[in-house]
Amino acid sequence: MIAIVNYGVGNLFSLQSSFSAIGKDAVITSDPEDLKDAERIILPGVGAFEDAAKKLFSSGLAQPLFNEAHNGKPILGICLGMQLLFTKSYEFGEHDGLNLIPGEVRAIREVIPECLKIPQMGWNSLKFTNKSGIYSHTHEGDYVYFVHSYAAFCPPEYITATTNYGADLTASVQNGNIYGVQYHPEKSGNVGLDILRSFCEVRA
Amino acid sequence: MITKRIIPCLDVKDGRVVKGVNFKGLNDVNSPVELAKFYSDNGADELVFYDITASSDGRKIFTDILRETARNVFIPLTVGGGISSVNDFERVLSCGADKVSVNTGAIRNPGLIPEAARLYGSQCVVISADVKRVDGEFRVFARGGRDDTGIEAVGWIRRCVDEGAGEVVLNSIDTDGVKGGFDLDMLRAVCEAVSVPVIASGGAGKIEDFITLFHEIPKVDAGLAASIFHFGEVAIRDLKARMHDENIPVRL
Repeated sequence: MIAIVNYGVGNLFSLQSSFSAIGKDAVITSDPEDLKDAERIILPGVGAFEDAAKKLFSSGLAQPLFNEAHNGKPILGICLGMQLLFTKSYEFGEHDGLNLIPGEVRAIREVIPECLKIPQMGWNSLKFTNKSGIYSHTHEGDYVYFVHSYAAFCPPEYITATTNYGADLTASVQNGNIYGVQYHPEKSGNVGLDILRSFCEVRA
Repeated sequence: MITKRIIPCLDVKDGRVVKGVNFKGLNDVNSPVELAKFYSDNGADELVFYDITASSDGRKIFTDILRETARNVFIPLTVGGGISSVNDFERVLSCGADKVSVNTGAIRNPGLIPEAARLYGSQCVVISADVKRVDGEFRVFARGGRDDTGIEAVGWIRRCVDEGAGEVVLNSIDTDGVKGGFDLDMLRAVCEAVSVPVIASGGAGKIEDFITLFHEIPKVDAGLAASIFHFGEVAIRDLKARMHDENIPVRL
């Protein structure tokens, strides 16, 4: 069973449906016991970092998530869920994240040319930087769907793929059993479903 | 590099796609779910579902259809039509919509865009404007292009964006249905005024119209059309292959 962590942020229907489409049973849950029982955990998220971090820390789900992370259970953060895995974010102030991956979240405006629109919204291609189990069915150059104004800035050893939007931005990260993708695999067609399938196959 | 998006638009009434479509391999040419799957499998980057139902029974059928589509189609889905309150946002978002487009609702209720942006984020709020030239200016029309609101369009669209709309669909009533190409002058005016993605709508009749659009106005992010895709006059795969040949960034 896959646990999709429900801490009151965003709509999880498409995400759950995408697991059904690859034959995986996923539950949307805010019960710490489910996180313990699950084979794998998905940390979703949309919206603003501060609001999401507050909700996650006050939901009683952050500690169980830490416990499972330290037990070696595969955890995948998606979009804002990925950003929450980092040490801190500078989105409207300075806010602490889960610190499961060293690094910080900053505005992409700092690194991209003025002429490019914010957010980056649309399909962009992946460039692999370090090998990751989530790309066992994916080819370099495959397109995935992004919607973001902030991105992770972290030591290169954690970055598994980048995408070019006026600059090379972090598209996905991994620190042992902790995985994160900036894009939306549940909205990236068959490429996205393959990435979720691969995540379901990575060894715990 | 980020790609230009190609977006088919489906008008849905009482659970069926208005104006049947005509494709080989589609069992039910009026089924929104079947057609959405077909487009997703054949290169569409995104889909727009437009609810043109008037009755509340029809609304219920529409959200059922939406849920069924989101269960089967894994590309971004924008929903519009009859969105007049944040309750309507909630209704379609909970059924799997990723973005919600507002039109008449934003004209009648000026608080709608800021409130929706605060609750769901700007990335989720699309301002869809039906615009027509009247007395030498661009005017916003309401109720599916029937009512002249008297509001100047470019300034109004900019205000919507300032208040939280994260994307603009610009539908030119002047070129809609004519199939003589997109309304480049109108699009240029709006692209100069806002810094969020702009989707061109109204007027596409052939592949060349999209090539002209993206070459002439590099700031346009996407092209939207309905009947030319539905009737197979333009296949999305052919269109995208041609865009690629013309060095327009595209997801093949």
